[in-house]
Amino acid sequence: MIKQIAIVILQIFIIIALAPLLGGIIKKIKAFFQLRKGPGVFQPYYDIAKLLQKDSVVSQNVSWLFHAAPIISFAAVLTAGLLIPIFITEMPFGFAGDLIAVVYLFALARFFIALASLDAGSSFGGMGGSREMFVASLVEPALMLSIFAVALNVGSTNLSYISQTVSAMGLDALSPYQILAFAALFIIAIAETGRIPIDNPATHLELTMIHEAMILEYSGKQLAIVELGAMMKQLLVFSLLANIFFPWGIATGAGLAAIFIALLVYAVKIVILGATMAMVETSTAKWRLFRLPELLSVSLMLSFLAIVSFIIVKGG
Amino acid sequence: MLDNYLFLGLFSFYLLGAASSVIFNKNDRISAYLSFISAAVASIFGIIFSFSVIFGNTFTLSIPGSSFLDFGFFVDKLSAFFILVISIAVFAVSIYSTGYVREYFGKKNIGYLGFLYNIFVLSMILVVTASNAIVFLIVWELMSVISYFLVVYEHEKPETRKAGFIYIVMTHIGTGFIILSFLIFAGTSGSFGFETFHAAGAVMPPLMKDLAFLFALIGFGAKAGIVPLHIWLPYAHPAAPSNVSALMSGVMIKTAIFMLIRISFDFLGAGTAWWGYLVLALGTISAILGILYAVVESDIKRMLAFSSIENVGIILIGTGASMIFFAGGMTTLSAIAAIAALYHLLNHSVFKGLLFMGAGSILFSTHTKNIEELGGLIKKMPVSAVLILAGVLSISALPPFSGFVSEWLTFQSLLLGLIPVFKYGGFNTFAMIALSISAAVLALTGALAAFCFLKTFGIGFLALPRSKHAEHAVEVNKPMLLGMALFAILSVLLGIFPFYVLPVLDRIVQTFVGVSVFSQSVSFGASGTIAIPATLITLSTPALLVLVLIFALIPFICLYIYNRKTPAIYETWGCGQPVSTPRNEYTAQAFSKPVQIWFKNLYRPVTETKATYSPSPFLKESFKFESRIEQVFEQYIYNPVVDVVLAKSRRAKVIQTGSIHAYLSYIFGTLVILFMFVIAGGSK
Repeated sequence: MIKQIAIVILQIFIIIALAPLLGGIIKKIKAFFQLRKGPGVFQPYYDIAKLLQKDSVVSQNVSWLFHAAPIISFAAVLTAGLLIPIFITEMPFGFAGDLIAVVYLFALARFFIALASLDAGSSFGGMGGSREMFVASLVEPALMLSIFAVALNVGSTNLSYISQTVSAMGLDALSPYQILAFAALFIIAIAETGRIPIDNPATHLELTMIHEAMILEYSGKQLAIVELGAMMKQLLVFSLLANIFFPWGIATGAGLAAIFIALLVYAVKIVILGATMAMVETSTAKWRLFRLPELLSVSLMLSFLAIVSFIIVKGG
Repeated sequence: MLDNYLFLGLFSFYLLGAASSVIFNKNDRISAYLSFISAAVASIFGIIFSFSVIFGNTFTLSIPGSSFLDFGFFVDKLSAFFILVISIAVFAVSIYSTGYVREYFGKKNIGYLGFLYNIFVLSMILVVTASNAIVFLIVWELMSVISYFLVVYEHEKPETRKAGFIYIVMTHIGTGFIILSFLIFAGTSGSFGFETFHAAGAVMPPLMKDLAFLFALIGFGAKAGIVPLHIWLPYAHPAAPSNVSALMSGVMIKTAIFMLIRISFDFLGAGTAWWGYLVLALGTISAILGILYAVVESDIKRMLAFSSIENVGIILIGTGASMIFFAGGMTTLSAIAAIAALYHLLNHSVFKGLLFMGAGSILFSTHTKNIEELGGLIKKMPVSAVLILAGVLSISALPPFSGFVSEWLTFQSLLLGLIPVFKYGGFNTFAMIALSISAAVLALTGALAAFCFLKTFGIGFLALPRSKHAEHAVEVNKPMLLGMALFAILSVLLGIFPFYVLPVLDRIVQTFVGVSVFSQSVSFGASGTIAIPATLITLSTPALLVLVLIFALIPFICLYIYNRKTPAIYETWGCGQPVSTPRNEYTAQAFSKPVQIWFKNLYRPVTETKATYSPSPFLKESFKFESRIEQVFEQYIYNPVVDVVLAKSRRAKVIQTGSIHAYLSYIFGTLVILFMFVIAGGSK
């Protein structure tokens, strides 16, 4: 019981405390590729700490939904965090939902922020909300097919079972269908975390923003909550990628040493994924919104190919 | 014995409601209360009755008639489930109606509405209980005609009359095919009793089975709103009074699903795999096309009608998967898919009823259905807004609301068909591909549904009012709120406590699939989990809810308790310009524009811009922008057919001389031919 509680608290702590660090690391790596010095890796912490000190300015048009949205969205993301294996496969709350539930919890978080974007009555907010939901709709079919591809291989959508099984397979897990599904999910991860070429997190022009336009009316503490929520989601999406496809090293029991190693391995995996993301961001430009269906249909096709290749390899 | 009294009570209270509303026709208020309250009482009888059948024995009641026609009723667990769905919807909608019809006091005939309403509900109950094809066709026709009268209740509007016409034509085309299907059965069994159809289905040659199934699919598909037979829904549902649309969209279209399940599983034994694939394909197409048309719609009630097409599609995806598995001998999977379909059916009747009532409340309070003219209603109608939000979250399949659970189950049932543990019948590549495509489309449908309802709620309820209508909106009256609240609470409960409902559905599905999946293939662990042990898949919506509530404390404490600061109220950011006017808000059309551009091949949008200039050609005086989308099915399927029919009938007009002698000779001629046919022994 105490072990279970300790695992839950550790997991929550990792998600909340390390999410800004990931953002900082990606920025730093990006700066390295762009031959800049860039802000320090701890900059996101300073930003959040500063925002938490500040007063909020709230539009006169808003209703209670605007105030409720950051809270619900933050809570939904954190709940999803307890369903995703981070450093241990036996999550105490793993029974509460599977991979599909995680997808829908993210959808819940997005839904409320997008609703709030319309609440202030600004065109920018509506634009952001509309685009965010548009991209989310584009992502969904590819996402579901890659979930199916993974589930086909493992025989379940239960996340801890997926990690365990793939981890036990060792290098056999590097099958064509698994690699294709990973490629598909990587493109989806770019969309879900709002990075180039789908969205530019660093943009300062309202007309090109997606996520940033949506949260334009938030300020002060509320903005800190929204930003932290987005960073947590980014960490969780990376964790999903890491621990569905490369769960090697993850702890399968609650031994202290195993957990320690698992944490180290996890950190390495996340940094590698972050570096890859930074490379992708540096080497591409943001795409026009209406070219995104092309990119995401590539992802759809990859995930479909993953299923087909599974049928070819296993069905014969 | 008790069942007899309950059924009688249900019957008589609907009749009482119908009669009293006519008797007290002079007084609108009394007439409204009497008719809707007795409908509500009758629905309580219906709920108790259906539980008594689900947990007890099959109920039969036969009223001896002539040898040709027996009036009989037959209620097994499947019928009882549909009586339950109808009764739950009727209870909430009736309470809502006592408030909603105040809109019509002094303007319209309330007695007439109350009468039709009660008879309409009674006819739906009779449709799912009829035990004889002839009786079925009579009550089916009664249901169609009464609902037609309800659709054209506001007949002074020309668009309502057009809607009614399209509805009555489509529903009769459907009835024609249903008669054909029944005749095939009756031709084999030699009787019109449904109890003989089961035996007939077993001995019919495969071709006859296929035909009977196809005719039934077309006939009931027209009522259910399957694409491409859906065109009446977006006309009829918005035209009807909102309380009636709630029932038509929430439950009437489900009676068609009932008969489809009855015919394909019960009568025909569902042994043919391609039937399942056909239903799956039609369901998938209906789901995606329904929601695509809903996304770009600005009329709330039309949008809801399109969304009903989508949800019928989702129900059919479950039903189709169930049929595929059943034909492949995978009864466990078949039962899980059927449970998913029935659960979505129940959930849809609740949240769609709620949303139609919500649309009615908006209409009641603002007199417009166009979301472009709404806005800011969350402040004018705070309680309605919360209740409608519950419906919106539910239909968008967000956890832990009811729509999420049934969509999750539908996904799982598609997925389980692919997973090795359940693959009894070997490796079926075609099934795997079909199920995955269906799942991908279903995922897209779910995301677009969230898009669509986010747009509707966000534009309609948030920010500033866009017109005088919305500015002067006030909260609706108590009975209306109570009706909506019942369904909002039910939407939440069905999401959080699915494990109380699913065993009941399992009992029902067991009657036509033949296996019970609970506690073996699907079970509940502790803390309210739905679990499929063979794959270790679990879902616990109560746990998710509790976790979300606990975690909400972290930002809540951070925002409102620790170092609390009152936020400064200021204008919305507009790049430094004073822009806090409704004209600067994002519009519904703009919000759905990305989807419209993405699917421009489907929508084929037609836009017209018209500018008038002041003396200088550089200064525009006014600018008019008009955009509409093409209704592909009407344009390319229905209109050509209608044209051909009209042309043929014009030609056939030659024999219509208008002279009574000519008509008498036609009758005489027909009689002579018929006599010759009989004498020649043509019948055998």
